[in-house]
Amino acid sequence: MTAKKLGLKQRYAHMTRGLDWETSYQPIDKVFPYDQFEGIKIKDWSAWEDPFRLTMDAYWKFQAEKERKLYAVLDAFAQNNGQTGISDGRYMNVLKLFLTGISPEEYQSHRGFAFIGRHLRGVGPRVAAQQQSLDELRHVQTQIHTISHYNKFFNGMSEFPTMHDRVFYLSVPKSFFDDARSAGPFEYMIAIGFAFEYVLTNLLFVPFMSGAAYNGDMSTVTFGFSAQSDESRHMTLGIEVIKFLLEQHPDNLPIVQKWVDKWFWRGFRLLGLVAMMMDYMLPKPVMSWKEAWEIYFTEAGGALFQDLARYGLKMPKYHEVATEAAEHVGHQLYGLLYQLCHVAGLHAWMPDAKHMDWLSEKYPNTFDKYYRPRFEMWAQMEKEGKRFYYNGLLQLCHTCQLPMTFTEPGDPTTRCFRETQFKGNRYHFCSDGCKDIFDNEPEKYVQAWLPIQQIFQGNCGGPTVPDVLNWYQIKVGVDNAEYVGSEDHKLWESWKQDTAVSKAG
Amino acid sequence: MSQLASLTLYHNDEARPIIEAIIADNPGVRVLNMPGAVKLDCEGALVVKRASVEERLGREWDPQEIHLVLISMAGHLDEDDDQFSVSWKH
Amino acid sequence: MALKAITPDYEKYTENRDLPELYHGNLMIYVHWEHHISFVAAIALPLPPQTPFGAIKEAIGGVYGPHPDWAKIDWSHAIWKIDGKNATPDFDKSIADHGMGHKSLVRFWTPGLDGYHGSLN
Repeated sequence: MTAKKLGLKQRYAHMTRGLDWETSYQPIDKVFPYDQFEGIKIKDWSAWEDPFRLTMDAYWKFQAEKERKLYAVLDAFAQNNGQTGISDGRYMNVLKLFLTGISPEEYQSHRGFAFIGRHLRGVGPRVAAQQQSLDELRHVQTQIHTISHYNKFFNGMSEFPTMHDRVFYLSVPKSFFDDARSAGPFEYMIAIGFAFEYVLTNLLFVPFMSGAAYNGDMSTVTFGFSAQSDESRHMTLGIEVIKFLLEQHPDNLPIVQKWVDKWFWRGFRLLGLVAMMMDYMLPKPVMSWKEAWEIYFTEAGGALFQDLARYGLKMPKYHEVATEAAEHVGHQLYGLLYQLCHVAGLHAWMPDAKHMDWLSEKYPNTFDKYYRPRFEMWAQMEKEGKRFYYNGLLQLCHTCQLPMTFTEPGDPTTRCFRETQFKGNRYHFCSDGCKDIFDNEPEKYVQAWLPIQQIFQGNCGGPTVPDVLNWYQIKVGVDNAEYVGSEDHKLWESWKQDTAVSKAG
Repeated sequence: MSQLASLTLYHNDEARPIIEAIIADNPGVRVLNMPGAVKLDCEGALVVKRASVEERLGREWDPQEIHLVLISMAGHLDEDDDQFSVSWKH
Repeated sequence: MALKAITPDYEKYTENRDLPELYHGNLMIYVHWEHHISFVAAIALPLPPQTPFGAIKEAIGGVYGPHPDWAKIDWSHAIWKIDGKNATPDFDKSIADHGMGHKSLVRFWTPGLDGYHGSLN
């Protein structure tokens, strides 16, 4: 006779309870030194329960299954020359941005969760954090593996780890994770687990992967959705941590609120790169940034914060500013890429007439009035053989590290400047959100490695633009500048001709 | 104010019985098709019932298998051996 | 200290990577042309403190020059703000004489020039 199979809840209880040890010769606070200095008060760690109740054996089983499927698709994609079936050669620049800007953050996230998985003294969250840590490591590996196939054909991908550490716009995602990883464990959980994974990750992965699917990039869709299928577990961890902290002690509320405000704003700024990609860089667009914001922040975020109101938690500070800016950030940041792609590891291009009409339709209040004239001016310059590049170094926000390109809330014709003084020095910010973050912890942010500042200080390979690009490992005339006429463009055109010939034959 | 519970699943053969079961068991569900994915939204709560999925799949199905096709979600999760649900109810 | 750190003497271990003395004797200053919002951001320039204020006009031409409005600027009518305060700069005097320091911000308006087709771009 076989023993009766345990139910899911019992299996999970067996797996996560009683696994802790009681210290004998060291005080427990020395074993877990990190989880008190932030001021968070925990009365009962056992109140933490992962509603997924995923035990380690089930975790291995499902992850192995996902890997088998992913690698089957990757093999088929390579065997069938899937790279020739994408919508257009311009699409590759989305993958370059992803590989240099996002994949290294998967690794940072892995490191962060490994730390949490060691240093929170509750066993439930430790198990969940360890699973997430493994997930994130899997993500970076599968992303590199998938994109390596494109690296055989297209430029701009081969030096991605160095580029991530050095190139100016990549300091935006890098500084986001550096900030989170150098915080305490609870702030890390709110930053990555809650604000990023629960509130914002949909805006990165769902439209991005749908975009990949729509543009014929089946290998990326597969790694993307394979990674994303871990994401629901991460979101669950994110929402559990916030409920847990708010239920444990009323003193936690103001601390948590401050973190929610901070990481919402940092995430919103970081995701501006996704806005640019969705609005301009997908040859076949799937949805506008504004539509994605409405679904995933206004609607989904609204439902969430309505629920959390019972603990006294409020919508993140400046959420109205972010919603208003959804009309603008994609255009402003693509304008940035267009004029700075000569110093970037990817290409940009003038949106064609059809694409501009799509933007007019998606942004009836703003595109024709504020942004179409900008592209028309640059198109005119292109026609005259004087394609516009911004030939200088520029001002960065000291917090988000993006160029100070954003405009005043409610006034898209006036650039937003904010400033603060700390110990006799001046610091500049792109927004009230970024200024508040600095003002709350100036001692932390004065340490920031700001790419433009570092060039002037002489730490980036030399004083000239070619010196700096060489140090970035961006190959001039190959990886950078205008798409039209680039090696990538020529390669793509040659593939298209082959297809046309074989069809005609 | 509206409070949508939501599940986003792959749009493939493996997820199809789950998608059909959700549509059958959750009156008023809103279906948003995206390339490669489908987002299912329902006011307040959304449930996936093991029995309904098994009926369509023609084999035993463990609600934890949803991990293989689940892309995203909104709401508090509750899972046991017979169902998988997200909701904003308390 | 506003910051909560696990080490009470946190600041002792930190390094400010943006102090004026790290710039080899230059002031890093920012210059921004208002109502020409198509330019991605204010220009950052490393200038010796003795640089005449008027030299800024030449220094920013490399970035702003390609704009159709640039050649039409009448500098005698430009309106200036230095670090948020209205200013009437003396082009022959140095930037230091104008009270400028590390990361000072100069904003200027060129009345009558409203960007490409009046769009402030």
